Amino acid sequence: MSSSQAVGPGGLGGEPNHLRRFLTLWIVSSIIALPLVIIFIGPLLGPASGNSVETSGEITDIKVLVGVATPIILLVMTYLLYALMYFRQEKGSTLEGPAIRGNAKVQMLWIVITSCLVLSVAGYGTVVLESENGDGSGSGPNPLTSPSGPKIPVQVIAQQWLFTYRYPTYGGVETTSLVLPVGKEIEFQVTSLDVIHSFWAFQIGVKADANPGIDNIAYSKPTREMTFEVHCAELCGIWHGAMHNEARVVSDAAFESWIAKQQTMLAPATKVLPTYSKSYIPEPSRRAE
Amino acid sequence: MSATDAQAPLAASAAPDLRPVWRKLIGFNLLTAVILGVGGYYLGWFIGHQISTSSFAYEKATDENDVALLLAYAFGVIGFLVGLGFANYPVERLLGRPASLREKESHGISRYFGLCTDHKVVGVQYLVGIGLFLFVGAVNAMMIRAELLHDTPTIVGPNQYLTLVGVHGTMMMGIMTSGVLGPFANYFVPLMIGARRMAFPRIEALTFWLLMAAGFILASTVFFGGFPTGWTGYEPLNDQAVMGMDSYIMFFALVGISMVLLGLNMMATIITLRAPGLTWSRLPIFVWATFATAVLMVLAAPMLIATLLMSALDRSISTSFYVTGGGGSSYLFQNLFWFFGHPEVYILALPGFGIVLELIPVFVRKPLWGYRLAISGMLGVSLMSFFVWQHHLIVSGINADLRPFYMLSTEIISVPTGFIFICFMGTLWRGRMSLTVPMWFCLAWAFNFLIGGTSGVVLSDDATDTQLHGSFFVMAHFHYTIVGGLIFSFFAAIYYWVPKMVGLQFNEKLAKWHFWLMFVSFNSTFLPLFALGIMGMPRRVSQYEPHLVGLNTWVSISAFVLGFSMLIFLANVVYSMIFARIPAEANPWNSKSLEWQVPTPVPVNNFEQIPVIDADPYDYGTPVALGAGAAAPAGA
Repeated sequence: MSSSQAVGPGGLGGEPNHLRRFLTLWIVSSIIALPLVIIFIGPLLGPASGNSVETSGEITDIKVLVGVATPIILLVMTYLLYALMYFRQEKGSTLEGPAIRGNAKVQMLWIVITSCLVLSVAGYGTVVLESENGDGSGSGPNPLTSPSGPKIPVQVIAQQWLFTYRYPTYGGVETTSLVLPVGKEIEFQVTSLDVIHSFWAFQIGVKADANPGIDNIAYSKPTREMTFEVHCAELCGIWHGAMHNEARVVSDAAFESWIAKQQTMLAPATKVLPTYSKSYIPEPSRRAE
Repeated sequence: MSATDAQAPLAASAAPDLRPVWRKLIGFNLLTAVILGVGGYYLGWFIGHQISTSSFAYEKATDENDVALLLAYAFGVIGFLVGLGFANYPVERLLGRPASLREKESHGISRYFGLCTDHKVVGVQYLVGIGLFLFVGAVNAMMIRAELLHDTPTIVGPNQYLTLVGVHGTMMMGIMTSGVLGPFANYFVPLMIGARRMAFPRIEALTFWLLMAAGFILASTVFFGGFPTGWTGYEPLNDQAVMGMDSYIMFFALVGISMVLLGLNMMATIITLRAPGLTWSRLPIFVWATFATAVLMVLAAPMLIATLLMSALDRSISTSFYVTGGGGSSYLFQNLFWFFGHPEVYILALPGFGIVLELIPVFVRKPLWGYRLAISGMLGVSLMSFFVWQHHLIVSGINADLRPFYMLSTEIISVPTGFIFICFMGTLWRGRMSLTVPMWFCLAWAFNFLIGGTSGVVLSDDATDTQLHGSFFVMAHFHYTIVGGLIFSFFAAIYYWVPKMVGLQFNEKLAKWHFWLMFVSFNSTFLPLFALGIMGMPRRVSQYEPHLVGLNTWVSISAFVLGFSMLIFLANVVYSMIFARIPAEANPWNSKSLEWQVPTPVPVNNFEQIPVIDADPYDYGTPVALGAGAAAPAGA
């Protein structure tokens, strides 16, 4: 929107050149606000970005989107303020405004600019999504892209109202707490035994719905040792709010010793578990049965 | 919304009714309707028990009987409608008797309490009825926020909490589909297009009474254990829930039927009953918004009815459409529901666009800027809204390879929405803005919807949505679009049009207090919710991490102030409409639109003579002196 001569009848009837003044106001406020938003608000937009490859990607993504949104929000906000200051009826007077019914150039410019913005945002989002292997989101049983190299599969089995975790590469042992090795690519296979749940590991940037009878895969690579909470993010009945448990990201050696301990400790339980499968078709259950 | 004074001449001119009081009560009226409704309810309950107790094991084992409750609701609604007199016309026609086209259009206050085919009466009925259920929904919201003052269930149990959340969401999403089209389009579309009635006056009345029956059915869920699913009613949780779930199903199905009928009626009226000379390019923009909304209603709501019918069958006779163990799919419900559910949110948003663009030319004394762009924006939003529904399922694993498509279509929908914004801004350009209360609400709409819209673009991006999906961020986003967009424009419409509907002025001081308190507390309530979502708080929980208590307390207190601002509005209604009773002028805003040119109160027949239209209603402003070349305003 640079061609102020072309679009605005500036200076008509002794009025100030509103277009130039408003555009200046907008550009100046955007230039001031944009770095402030990115620097001060950007880091607050999610968990610490070093937690996993996925959180880092998500944080960058949110920053880009908020960065794009800031000048647009400011455009309308400064315009509203400007209009409130200058496009007013004086008290008691009944003057009419100019009978402008539109401006083809401004409309065209608006359509082109908003379309380009939207298309580039969508293009950027697609590139991020596919290059980051779903960026931590549940991508169905056969994700279009998956990380190369070895992955540790962890099956997340949701039921009312808890998650259990099954490690198929470690003898199919099933635990009630989630422990992950740092720096390894994890393949979460999320499924449910009853209603729809959602596995939300906020700190490592993973969210995948748990559907009965369906294997929903999400990838994450934790990059820092830490303790965090896993929540259910899809309404699943009265104790939905209580459906959360602690999870840990630990060093490789600590993970190996932990899982070995689990395997021996839980061996009797593992024996009676159903054999590991991508999903477990639940019996049709009714209340009162 | 009393209008006794305004209607007094009409009542007096009718022949005096000398029958004794008890005789007047017999006939097709609200009392009969309630009696037949309750009777039908128990009849259905009895039949349902006869059918099912002998056949279905689970219904013998518990005190739950979905067949009986669903039949009871269905029979109750039919009895209620018959009692109101909706069966009279078809029965009379079947018997070959002459039937009158119009019913009860010239009686006094009693016509507001029964079947009335006058679109102006239906408009007022809708306003009061919707107000009632809005109040119920708002009280639920207050209780939700009271519970969220604590990070563990304290005031209500988790089951009651979910019922509060469910009734709040369902009531708001269901009743407010007709929040603008019910009162304002029913009342003003015929006046704006120069017609004497709606195309199907009896259907028009039916939509209102269906909605009222639906509202009471949803409220009755508390007697049957409530429902745990929120307004989305996801399967298989839906299938697992107690009988209160049937109230949700019946409510939403009735709302769906009401929506289809309302939409068809609006489309037929706008297509066929326009006054001579009122071409499509002279139609007020509010009528265009109504038309776009009506198209959405007619195309989307049948999907809802079918979806819920399958739910009802699953629950009552175990058909297993959605139950994985029985060969069904829980994805199916999500898919079908959101195919309705996403157009639904534009059914809520579009009327707001129409109100705002209709009102601002009056208050800035300028023609609407970019009339055709605004229309294409509305139609574009309607069309696009059918192509975005799977963005609600982004982390569900369904069709994961199609996610970029839904991301693209979701983001594209912001382009036609952007048209509305540039038209809004263009209309303000160099205008002579009078800061009346409706104008303040329109400005607030722009502020709120801007935040709602841009947060929507942030959500539409899949990588970002991984974290934000199902969190308080989503909740804040859609409250910004629906409360900030629809409810603010709804109040703009109330302050703008109710003086015409009732013939009385609002107290401006109270109205300004209402606006400022509502605007400030609304933003103070919902802006922090974005932060809560980003900090990892999921929706619909009454148990959350202790470090979020501080922010939640702030939100709750702001929400109580927001609730208090509604009480100021109610006080204003009571004060202005019952005590002060200052008559409103016929055209207090000096509008050039057709609905303001008729006298107040509006005569039963609207126009003595059908007007002939030769321009659009935005003939404001002094002609611009065409400067040399460049500055000439191009035609929109």
